[in-house]
Amino acid sequence: MADTITKADIIKPENLVYKKTDLLTDKVLSYCPGCGHGTAHRIIMETLDEMSLQSETIGIAPVGCSVLAYEFMNIDMQQAAHGRAPALATAVKRLMPEKTVFTYQGDGDLAAIGTAETIHACNRGENFTIFFINNGIYGMTGGQMAPTTLEGMKSSTSPYGRDLEMMGHPLKITELIAQLPGTYYVTRQAVHTPAAVRKAKKAVRKAIEMQKLNKGLTFVEIVSNCNSGWKMTPVQSNHWMVENMFPFYPMGDIKLEGELVKK
Amino acid sequence: MKKELRLMKGNEAFAEAAIRVGVDGYFGYPITPQSEVMEYLTAEKPHERTGMVVLQAESEVAAINMLYGGASCGKKVMTSSSSPGVSLMQEGISYMAGAELPCVLLNVVRGGPGLGTIQPAQSDYFQSTKGGGHGDYRLIVIAPSSVQEMYDFVELGFKLAFKYRTPIMVQSDGAIGQMMEKVEIDEQQKRFSEAEIIKNYPWATTGKTPDRERNIITSLDLDPARHEKHNIELQKKYRKIEEKEIQYEKVQCDDAEYLFVAYGTSARLCLKSIQLCREKGIKVGLLRPITLWPFPKDIIYDMADQVKGILSVEMSAGQMVEDILLSVKGKVPVEHFGRMGGIIPSPIEIADMLEEKFIKG
Repeated sequence: MADTITKADIIKPENLVYKKTDLLTDKVLSYCPGCGHGTAHRIIMETLDEMSLQSETIGIAPVGCSVLAYEFMNIDMQQAAHGRAPALATAVKRLMPEKTVFTYQGDGDLAAIGTAETIHACNRGENFTIFFINNGIYGMTGGQMAPTTLEGMKSSTSPYGRDLEMMGHPLKITELIAQLPGTYYVTRQAVHTPAAVRKAKKAVRKAIEMQKLNKGLTFVEIVSNCNSGWKMTPVQSNHWMVENMFPFYPMGDIKLEGELVKK
Repeated sequence: MKKELRLMKGNEAFAEAAIRVGVDGYFGYPITPQSEVMEYLTAEKPHERTGMVVLQAESEVAAINMLYGGASCGKKVMTSSSSPGVSLMQEGISYMAGAELPCVLLNVVRGGPGLGTIQPAQSDYFQSTKGGGHGDYRLIVIAPSSVQEMYDFVELGFKLAFKYRTPIMVQSDGAIGQMMEKVEIDEQQKRFSEAEIIKNYPWATTGKTPDRERNIITSLDLDPARHEKHNIELQKKYRKIEEKEIQYEKVQCDDAEYLFVAYGTSARLCLKSIQLCREKGIKVGLLRPITLWPFPKDIIYDMADQVKGILSVEMSAGQMVEDILLSVKGKVPVEHFGRMGGIIPSPIEIADMLEEKFIKG
């Protein structure tokens, strides 16, 4: 007769296979089930924990779905006005250059209302890290069209699909900022599969490590699903993301050690 | 102890004071008539003198948000601008008031509305004292009327900003910013070390150490009951400021039968107008509000028992006059005189207007 595994066995320390990092609080996430934000939070906080950086990190999250990030990230945090996080981070890092500083921004925040702050912080080569969650939609306000919304993609303000003639083109801001001499490391990742999560986490670590070199801005885009805003199930939305978002926003490094990666 | 005398522009005096009081960061964007502030700071290399950071931002919007980031770390941060630029900063000012962040702002006011003119004006009184940005908040507004006060009010501003954890507006104008006068310069003060900041400002985001909970700087609270409580606390703070921090200057008020109320450049003009009036036998005094908010309403209420009329003199269409009317509560006639669009009135015009409004009429 096979041994029965009891709960008491499972919770034995030697059987521990995964533990939530202490750098995430116990607060229940406000993100929709199935959304990539939770995983993105986790890999950033795990990385800071593994690098023992809690006591020297200042995080900045502006307006959007991540407006309450300070409730989940167990570090000192500042909540910024819509789009302005890179301006805050600029001052924080310049006034306290020894600290680790990051912003965590969505696509509407970073690529629409905060375009000027983003471009200029990148161009000045500020030594902080931007984590950019791109799901092609304004999630927090209820699924409106974002600067990154794909052609033909439906949203609550493009209910018949994004019409390029009427609404303009989706903005590849990550490719754009990679052109600027102030950026040192620019990469695009995703967190929809275990393999993607491992890769994305490596990119997060690289960005933080490179921040310490003081050679310029480090930038990690995470293309994510928004199952609520896209009006799909989580699984459907991940399939849709792979089929539609990835061709337009291709995965991988765009700039390494200050040099554009040749495709 | 004052050590040194220099001949300086108002804008330069403000910049030198920033270095001397140990400011950690200045973030600004060029606009006439205050660009000398950043020009002076960049020429002085304050990063070598004190380690002060000076950065030209991409816009006034970015500059005020840099202040938000720096102030959140317990740093002494400041900016300067002029009217159209200050309008752009209103979003950030509201956020800083909401998040209770200290900073010093300088508005070297020029004529508006819109792009207006680059000449001096005092038409931003409503914006500074009544809100400007969204939500129920107040700025402490202090109005220099000399180059020396442009220097002195930097230290006063930071003292009040950190005492109450609130943004301070130094409300100057194009004339005070551009004119040159002698200034007494103080000795260099030291900037705070990180250990001093952690000790003095335990709320600052300096990195979460094991001995404390994490620090969060935010103006957001989605729970209306908690958010109302936060607003009530803000209002309590503002009432305390009204009770404790009013500053004004009285000139020749003892025997005055008429009263000028004026600040900044207008107050200087009124000094000459007083002389002209008194030569004609009209006894006039000046009440100069130094804090525009909190407004010196009690002293004006009291003066209304003594004088036959009050003339508010302001280079605007009549903004401060509304606060004077509220202070006087109908006890005596209150009139406004001002020029607009960058015109500075002459002392003779002001003296004549007093006669016309209260004596000849």
